[in-house]
Amino acid sequence: MNIYLKLIWAYIKIGIFGFGGGYAMLSLVEKIVVSDNKWISEQMFTDIVAISQMTPGPIGINSATYIGFVAPGAYNPALSGPLWSILGSILATLAVTVPSFFLVLYCSHFIRRHNESGAIKAIFSGLRPVVVGLIASAAIMLMNSANFNPEGTVSQLWISIAICAASFCLVYFPIQTKSKTIKIHPILIIILAGLAGYLLYGI
Amino acid sequence: MKSNTKSGNIYWQLFASFFKIGAFTFGGGWAMISIIEREIVDKHHWIERDDFLDLLAIAQSLPGILAVNIATAVGDKLRGTRGSMLAAAGTILPSFLIILAIAIFLTPDIIKNNRVISSIFMGIRPAVVALIIAPVITSAKAAKLTWKTIWIPLVTALMISLDLGFVSNPILYIVLGGLGGYAFWALANRKLNKKKEVKP
Repeated sequence: MNIYLKLIWAYIKIGIFGFGGGYAMLSLVEKIVVSDNKWISEQMFTDIVAISQMTPGPIGINSATYIGFVAPGAYNPALSGPLWSILGSILATLAVTVPSFFLVLYCSHFIRRHNESGAIKAIFSGLRPVVVGLIASAAIMLMNSANFNPEGTVSQLWISIAICAASFCLVYFPIQTKSKTIKIHPILIIILAGLAGYLLYGI
Repeated sequence: MKSNTKSGNIYWQLFASFFKIGAFTFGGGWAMISIIEREIVDKHHWIERDDFLDLLAIAQSLPGILAVNIATAVGDKLRGTRGSMLAAAGTILPSFLIILAIAIFLTPDIIKNNRVISSIFMGIRPAVVALIIAPVITSAKAAKLTWKTIWIPLVTALMISLDLGFVSNPILYIVLGGLGGYAFWALANRKLNKKKEVKP
Protein backbone atom coordinates (compact mmCIF):
# COMPACT_ATOMS: atom_id res chain seq x y z
CA MET A 1 0.00 0.00 0.00
CA ASN A 2 1.07 3.57 -0.62
CA ILE A 3 2.99 5.04 2.35
CA TYR A 4 0.71 8.07 2.51
CA LEU A 5 -2.42 5.89 2.70
CA LYS A 6 -0.73 3.82 5.40
CA LEU A 7 0.15 6.98 7.31
CA ILE A 8 -3.41 8.29 7.05
CA TRP A 9 -4.88 4.97 8.15
CA ALA A 10 -2.46 4.77 11.11
CA TYR A 11 -3.35 8.24 12.35
CA ILE A 12 -7.09 7.80 11.78
CA LYS A 13 -6.88 4.79 14.12
CA ILE A 14 -4.85 6.79 16.64
CA GLY A 15 -7.40 9.63 16.47
CA ILE A 16 -10.49 7.45 16.76
CA PHE A 17 -9.22 5.26 19.62
CA GLY A 18 -7.33 8.03 21.37
CA PHE A 19 -9.15 8.09 24.68
CA GLY A 20 -7.59 9.24 27.92
CA GLY A 21 -5.28 12.04 26.74
CA GLY A 22 -1.84 12.37 25.23
CA TYR A 23 0.07 9.83 27.33
CA ALA A 24 -2.54 7.12 26.70
CA MET A 25 -2.34 7.95 22.98
CA LEU A 26 1.39 7.28 23.10
CA SER A 27 0.77 3.55 23.51
CA LEU A 28 -1.20 3.58 20.25
CA VAL A 29 1.52 5.56 18.46
CA GLU A 30 4.22 3.24 19.80
CA LYS A 31 2.29 0.14 18.72
CA ILE A 32 1.21 1.31 15.26
CA VAL A 33 4.11 3.54 14.23
CA VAL A 34 7.10 1.94 15.96
CA SER A 35 6.43 -1.79 16.43
CA ASP A 36 4.07 -2.52 13.52
CA ASN A 37 5.28 -0.19 10.77
CA LYS A 38 8.84 0.58 11.99
CA TRP A 39 8.75 4.07 10.50
CA ILE A 40 10.89 5.33 13.36
CA SER A 41 13.18 3.70 15.94
CA GLU A 42 12.43 3.34 19.66
CA GLN A 43 15.00 6.05 20.31
CA MET A 44 13.45 8.41 17.81
CA PHE A 45 10.05 7.83 19.39
CA THR A 46 11.43 8.76 22.81
CA ASP A 47 13.09 11.82 21.30
CA ILE A 48 9.78 12.93 19.79
CA VAL A 49 8.12 12.67 23.21
CA ALA A 50 10.92 14.84 24.61
CA ILE A 51 10.54 17.39 21.80
CA SER A 52 6.76 17.41 22.33
CA GLN A 53 7.24 18.18 26.01
CA MET A 54 9.45 21.14 25.18
CA THR A 55 7.27 22.64 22.48
CA PRO A 56 3.76 24.06 22.87
CA GLY A 57 0.68 22.15 21.78
CA PRO A 58 -0.79 18.69 22.28
CA ILE A 59 1.51 15.68 22.05
CA GLY A 60 -0.90 13.98 19.59
CA ILE A 61 -0.37 16.72 17.00
CA ASN A 62 3.35 17.04 17.67
CA SER A 63 3.94 13.33 17.12
CA ALA A 64 1.77 13.22 13.99
CA THR A 65 3.61 16.16 12.43
CA TYR A 66 7.08 14.79 13.18
CA ILE A 67 6.37 11.18 12.28
CA GLY A 68 4.50 12.25 9.14
CA PHE A 69 7.65 14.13 8.16
CA VAL A 70 10.10 11.25 8.58
CA ALA A 71 7.90 8.27 7.63
CA PRO A 72 7.87 8.69 3.80
CA GLY A 73 11.68 8.85 3.63
CA ALA A 74 12.08 5.95 6.06
CA TYR A 75 9.70 3.85 3.95
CA ASN A 76 11.15 4.70 0.57
CA PRO A 77 14.40 6.72 0.21
CA ALA A 78 13.05 8.24 -3.01
CA LEU A 79 10.48 10.09 -0.88
CA SER A 80 12.99 11.75 1.47
CA GLY A 81 12.78 15.15 -0.24
CA PRO A 82 11.36 18.07 1.76
CA LEU A 83 8.10 18.32 -0.19
CA TRP A 84 7.31 14.62 0.23
CA SER A 85 8.09 14.97 3.94
CA ILE A 86 5.89 18.04 4.38
CA LEU A 87 3.07 16.25 2.56
CA GLY A 88 3.41 13.41 5.10
CA SER A 89 3.29 15.92 7.96
CA ILE A 90 0.13 17.54 6.65
CA LEU A 91 -1.66 14.25 6.00
CA ALA A 92 -0.78 12.69 9.37
CA THR A 93 -1.82 15.81 11.27
CA LEU A 94 -5.12 15.99 9.39
CA ALA A 95 -5.75 12.27 9.85
CA VAL A 96 -5.37 12.46 13.63
CA THR A 97 -7.64 15.50 13.98
CA VAL A 98 -10.33 15.24 11.28
CA PRO A 99 -12.23 12.18 12.66
CA SER A 100 -12.77 13.76 16.08
CA PHE A 101 -13.58 17.09 14.40
CA PHE A 102 -16.56 15.45 12.69
CA LEU A 103 -17.48 13.52 15.82
CA VAL A 104 -17.67 16.79 17.78
CA LEU A 105 -19.75 18.41 15.04
CA TYR A 106 -22.20 15.59 14.45
CA CYS A 107 -22.31 13.47 17.62
CA SER A 108 -22.80 16.12 20.29
CA HIS A 109 -26.54 15.47 20.52
CA PHE A 110 -25.98 11.76 20.82
CA ILE A 111 -23.41 12.24 23.61
CA ARG A 112 -25.60 14.76 25.43
CA ARG A 113 -28.54 12.34 25.42
CA HIS A 114 -26.51 9.40 26.71
CA ASN A 115 -24.73 11.56 29.25
CA GLU A 116 -28.04 12.00 31.02
CA SER A 117 -28.83 8.29 31.05
CA GLY A 118 -25.44 7.50 32.60
CA ALA A 119 -24.29 5.33 29.69
CA ILE A 120 -21.29 7.52 28.84
CA LYS A 121 -20.25 7.60 32.47
CA ALA A 122 -20.47 3.80 32.56
CA ILE A 123 -18.29 3.44 29.45
CA PHE A 124 -15.67 5.74 30.95
CA SER A 125 -15.69 3.89 34.27
CA GLY A 126 -14.56 0.88 32.24
CA LEU A 127 -12.09 2.89 30.15
CA ARG A 128 -10.37 4.60 33.08
CA PRO A 129 -8.55 1.52 34.44
CA VAL A 130 -7.57 0.58 30.87
CA VAL A 131 -6.07 4.05 30.34
CA VAL A 132 -3.83 3.49 33.38
CA GLY A 133 -2.64 0.28 31.71
CA LEU A 134 -2.10 2.05 28.38
CA ILE A 135 0.13 4.71 29.91
CA ALA A 136 1.98 2.03 31.89
CA SER A 137 2.56 0.02 28.73
CA ALA A 138 4.04 3.09 27.00
CA ALA A 139 6.42 3.54 29.94
CA ILE A 140 7.36 -0.15 30.04
CA MET A 141 8.01 -0.34 26.30
CA LEU A 142 10.36 2.65 26.54
CA MET A 143 12.41 1.03 29.31
CA ASN A 144 14.70 -0.71 26.84
CA SER A 145 18.39 -0.83 26.12
CA ALA A 146 18.06 1.57 23.18
CA ASN A 147 16.99 4.25 25.65
CA PHE A 148 18.93 3.25 28.76
CA ASN A 149 22.08 1.66 27.42
CA PRO A 150 22.77 2.46 23.74
CA GLU A 151 26.55 2.13 24.20
CA GLY A 152 26.22 -1.21 26.00
CA THR A 153 28.31 -0.30 29.04
CA VAL A 154 27.45 -1.07 32.67
CA SER A 155 28.24 2.48 33.74
CA GLN A 156 25.82 3.96 31.21
CA LEU A 157 23.04 1.67 32.41
CA TRP A 158 23.50 2.91 35.98
CA ILE A 159 23.74 6.54 34.89
CA SER A 160 20.49 6.17 32.94
CA ILE A 161 18.71 4.53 35.89
CA ALA A 162 19.92 7.37 38.11
CA ILE A 163 18.69 10.03 35.66
CA CYS A 164 15.32 8.27 35.41
CA ALA A 165 14.94 7.96 39.19
CA ALA A 166 16.01 11.55 39.85
CA SER A 167 13.66 12.88 37.14
CA PHE A 168 10.78 10.89 38.57
CA CYS A 169 11.36 12.29 42.06
CA LEU A 170 11.59 15.85 40.72
CA VAL A 171 8.39 15.60 38.70
CA TYR A 172 6.36 13.56 41.17
CA PHE A 173 7.30 15.03 44.55
CA PRO A 174 6.86 18.80 44.77
CA ILE A 175 9.56 20.56 46.80
CA GLN A 176 8.22 21.83 50.12
CA THR A 177 9.60 25.07 51.46
CA LYS A 178 8.36 27.06 54.44
CA SER A 179 6.10 29.34 52.48
CA LYS A 180 5.10 27.37 49.39
CA THR A 181 5.40 24.16 47.42
CA ILE A 182 7.40 24.28 44.21
CA LYS A 183 6.45 21.98 41.35
CA ILE A 184 9.21 21.55 38.84
CA HIS A 185 8.11 21.84 35.23
CA PRO A 186 8.84 18.85 32.94
CA ILE A 187 10.68 21.18 30.55
CA LEU A 188 13.22 22.00 33.24
CA ILE A 189 13.71 18.30 33.94
CA ILE A 190 14.39 17.60 30.25
CA ILE A 191 16.86 20.50 30.11
CA LEU A 192 18.68 19.21 33.21
CA ALA A 193 18.79 15.66 31.84
CA GLY A 194 20.07 16.96 28.49
CA LEU A 195 22.77 18.92 30.31
CA ALA A 196 23.74 15.80 32.25
CA GLY A 197 23.93 13.87 28.97
CA TYR A 198 26.18 16.51 27.42
CA LEU A 199 28.51 16.62 30.44
CA LEU A 200 28.70 12.82 30.74
CA TYR A 201 28.92 11.74 27.09
CA GLY A 202 29.52 14.84 24.97
CA ILE A 203 32.78 16.28 26.25
CA MET B 1 -25.50 37.89 22.35
CA LYS B 2 -22.44 39.91 23.14
CA SER B 3 -20.46 38.39 20.35
CA ASN B 4 -22.80 39.96 17.77
CA THR B 5 -21.54 43.45 18.56
CA LYS B 6 -18.20 42.73 16.91
CA SER B 7 -19.26 40.01 14.54
CA GLY B 8 -17.45 41.63 11.61
CA ASN B 9 -14.20 40.01 12.62
CA ILE B 10 -15.34 37.29 14.99
CA TYR B 11 -13.99 34.59 12.66
CA TRP B 12 -10.59 36.20 12.74
CA GLN B 13 -10.78 36.68 16.52
CA LEU B 14 -11.77 33.06 17.03
CA PHE B 15 -8.83 31.89 14.95
CA ALA B 16 -6.43 34.32 16.63
CA SER B 17 -7.54 33.33 20.14
CA PHE B 18 -7.04 29.64 19.56
CA PHE B 19 -3.79 30.24 17.66
CA LYS B 20 -2.47 32.15 20.68
CA ILE B 21 -3.56 29.35 23.03
CA GLY B 22 -1.99 26.73 20.78
CA ALA B 23 1.25 28.68 20.50
CA PHE B 24 1.82 29.42 24.17
CA THR B 25 0.44 26.45 26.11
CA PHE B 26 2.92 23.75 26.95
CA GLY B 27 1.59 20.30 27.77
CA GLY B 28 -1.71 20.16 25.91
CA GLY B 29 -4.85 18.64 27.44
CA TRP B 30 -5.81 20.04 30.82
CA ALA B 31 -3.17 22.75 30.77
CA MET B 32 -4.89 24.06 27.66
CA ILE B 33 -8.45 23.72 28.94
CA SER B 34 -8.03 26.20 31.78
CA ILE B 35 -6.47 28.75 29.42
CA ILE B 36 -9.21 28.24 26.81
CA GLU B 37 -11.81 28.75 29.55
CA ARG B 38 -10.15 31.99 30.66
CA GLU B 39 -9.91 33.30 27.09
CA ILE B 40 -13.38 32.27 25.88
CA VAL B 41 -15.48 32.70 29.03
CA ASP B 42 -13.74 35.35 31.14
CA LYS B 43 -12.01 37.54 28.58
CA HIS B 44 -14.17 37.53 25.45
CA HIS B 45 -17.48 36.50 27.08
CA TRP B 46 -18.26 34.46 23.98
CA ILE B 47 -19.85 31.64 25.98
CA GLU B 48 -21.39 31.38 29.46
CA ARG B 49 -19.45 29.20 31.91
CA ASP B 50 -22.25 26.60 32.15
CA ASP B 51 -22.31 26.22 28.37
CA PHE B 52 -18.54 25.90 28.32
CA LEU B 53 -18.65 23.12 30.91
CA ASP B 54 -21.34 21.37 28.87
CA LEU B 55 -19.13 21.55 25.75
CA LEU B 56 -16.17 20.33 27.78
CA ALA B 57 -18.15 17.28 28.92
CA ILE B 58 -18.84 16.43 25.28
CA ALA B 59 -15.28 17.11 24.12
CA GLN B 60 -14.01 14.80 26.86
CA SER B 61 -16.42 12.01 25.96
CA LEU B 62 -15.18 11.87 22.38
CA PRO B 63 -11.83 10.41 21.32
CA GLY B 64 -9.00 12.43 19.84
CA ILE B 65 -7.07 15.43 21.03
CA LEU B 66 -8.95 17.18 23.82
CA ALA B 67 -7.75 20.70 22.95
CA VAL B 68 -8.87 20.29 19.32
CA ASN B 69 -12.21 18.83 20.41
CA ILE B 70 -13.01 21.72 22.71
CA ALA B 71 -11.90 24.26 20.07
CA THR B 72 -14.20 22.58 17.54
CA ALA B 73 -17.11 22.61 19.98
CA VAL B 74 -16.61 26.27 20.93
CA GLY B 75 -16.24 27.35 17.30
CA ASP B 76 -19.35 25.40 16.32
CA LYS B 77 -21.38 26.89 19.15
CA LEU B 78 -20.36 30.42 18.14
CA ARG B 79 -20.35 30.34 14.36
CA GLY B 80 -21.28 26.89 13.10
CA THR B 81 -19.07 24.76 10.89
CA ARG B 82 -16.96 27.66 9.62
CA GLY B 83 -16.29 28.78 13.18
CA SER B 84 -15.34 25.28 14.23
CA MET B 85 -12.91 24.90 11.33
CA LEU B 86 -11.17 28.17 12.18
CA ALA B 87 -10.97 27.39 15.89
CA ALA B 88 -9.60 23.89 15.26
CA ALA B 89 -7.11 25.19 12.67
CA GLY B 90 -5.97 27.85 15.13
CA THR B 91 -5.26 25.21 17.77
CA ILE B 92 -3.44 22.86 15.41
CA LEU B 93 -1.36 25.29 13.32
CA PRO B 94 1.16 26.57 15.91
CA SER B 95 2.33 23.13 17.02
CA PHE B 96 2.26 21.91 13.41
CA LEU B 97 4.50 24.77 12.25
CA ILE B 98 6.88 24.53 15.22
CA ILE B 99 7.33 20.77 14.86
CA LEU B 100 7.73 21.10 11.10
CA ALA B 101 10.56 23.59 11.64
CA ILE B 102 12.18 21.27 14.20
CA ALA B 103 11.75 18.25 11.92
CA ILE B 104 13.51 20.06 9.07
CA PHE B 105 16.59 20.88 11.15
CA LEU B 106 16.66 18.07 13.71
CA THR B 107 16.54 15.01 11.47
CA PRO B 108 17.04 11.47 12.84
CA ASP B 109 20.47 11.48 11.13
CA ILE B 110 21.61 14.59 13.00
CA ILE B 111 20.37 13.25 16.34
CA LYS B 112 22.29 10.04 15.69
CA ASN B 113 25.50 11.38 14.20
CA ASN B 114 26.09 14.79 15.75
CA ARG B 115 28.20 14.09 18.83
CA VAL B 116 26.84 16.91 21.00
CA ILE B 117 23.19 16.39 20.08
CA SER B 118 23.34 12.61 20.44
CA SER B 119 24.96 12.96 23.87
CA ILE B 120 22.21 15.37 24.97
CA PHE B 121 19.51 12.94 23.85
CA MET B 122 21.24 10.03 25.62
CA GLY B 123 20.73 11.99 28.84
CA ILE B 124 17.17 13.02 27.96
CA ARG B 125 15.73 9.58 27.08
CA PRO B 126 15.75 8.06 30.60
CA ALA B 127 14.15 11.29 31.88
CA VAL B 128 11.34 10.98 29.32
CA VAL B 129 10.58 7.50 30.68
CA ALA B 130 10.25 9.05 34.15
CA LEU B 131 7.89 11.69 32.74
CA ILE B 132 5.61 8.87 31.54
CA ILE B 133 5.84 6.85 34.77
CA ALA B 134 4.54 9.83 36.77
CA PRO B 135 1.13 10.00 34.97
CA VAL B 136 0.75 6.22 35.42
CA ILE B 137 0.63 6.82 39.17
CA THR B 138 -1.51 9.97 39.01
CA SER B 139 -4.02 8.36 36.66
CA ALA B 140 -4.10 5.19 38.82
CA LYS B 141 -4.96 7.34 41.83
CA ALA B 142 -7.59 9.29 39.88
CA ALA B 143 -9.17 6.05 38.63
CA LYS B 144 -9.69 4.98 42.28
CA LEU B 145 -8.52 1.44 41.59
CA THR B 146 -9.63 -1.22 44.07
CA TRP B 147 -8.61 -4.87 44.51
CA LYS B 148 -11.51 -5.70 42.21
CA THR B 149 -10.30 -3.48 39.35
CA ILE B 150 -6.51 -3.33 39.69
CA TRP B 151 -6.08 -6.39 37.45
CA ILE B 152 -7.42 -4.39 34.49
CA PRO B 153 -4.44 -2.01 34.12
CA LEU B 154 -2.02 -4.79 35.06
CA VAL B 155 -3.29 -7.16 32.37
CA THR B 156 -3.56 -4.32 29.83
CA ALA B 157 0.00 -3.12 30.41
CA LEU B 158 1.44 -6.63 30.47
CA MET B 159 -0.30 -7.85 27.31
CA ILE B 160 0.50 -4.71 25.30
CA SER B 161 4.16 -4.63 26.27
CA LEU B 162 4.65 -8.34 25.48
CA ASP B 163 4.08 -7.45 21.79
CA LEU B 164 2.32 -10.68 20.75
CA GLY B 165 0.34 -9.45 17.77
CA PHE B 166 -3.44 -9.19 18.04
CA VAL B 167 -3.67 -9.63 21.83
CA SER B 168 -1.10 -6.85 22.25
CA ASN B 169 -3.11 -4.28 20.32
CA PRO B 170 -4.05 -1.33 22.60
CA ILE B 171 -7.25 -0.84 20.54
CA LEU B 172 -8.50 -4.24 21.77
CA TYR B 173 -8.26 -3.13 25.40
CA ILE B 174 -9.84 0.26 24.73
CA VAL B 175 -12.83 -1.48 23.10
CA LEU B 176 -13.04 -4.12 25.86
CA GLY B 177 -12.82 -1.46 28.59
CA GLY B 178 -15.62 0.61 27.08
CA LEU B 179 -17.84 -2.41 26.40
CA GLY B 180 -17.14 -3.82 29.86
CA GLY B 181 -18.07 -0.57 31.58
CA TYR B 182 -21.26 -0.37 29.54
CA ALA B 183 -22.24 -4.03 30.12
CA PHE B 184 -21.64 -3.75 33.87
CA TRP B 185 -23.88 -0.68 34.02
CA ALA B 186 -26.62 -2.22 31.84
CA LEU B 187 -26.69 -5.37 33.99
CA ALA B 188 -26.87 -3.37 37.22
CA ASN B 189 -29.71 -1.32 35.68
CA ARG B 190 -31.65 -4.43 34.75
CA LYS B 191 -31.35 -5.84 38.29
CA LEU B 192 -32.49 -2.51 39.68
CA ASN B 193 -35.52 -2.49 37.37
CA LYS B 194 -36.46 -6.04 38.36
CA LYS B 195 -36.39 -5.11 42.04
CA LYS B 196 -38.61 -2.13 41.28
CA GLU B 197 -41.08 -4.41 39.49
CA VAL B 198 -41.21 -6.83 42.39
CA LYS B 199 -41.72 -4.25 45.12
CA PRO B 200 -45.18 -2.82 44.33
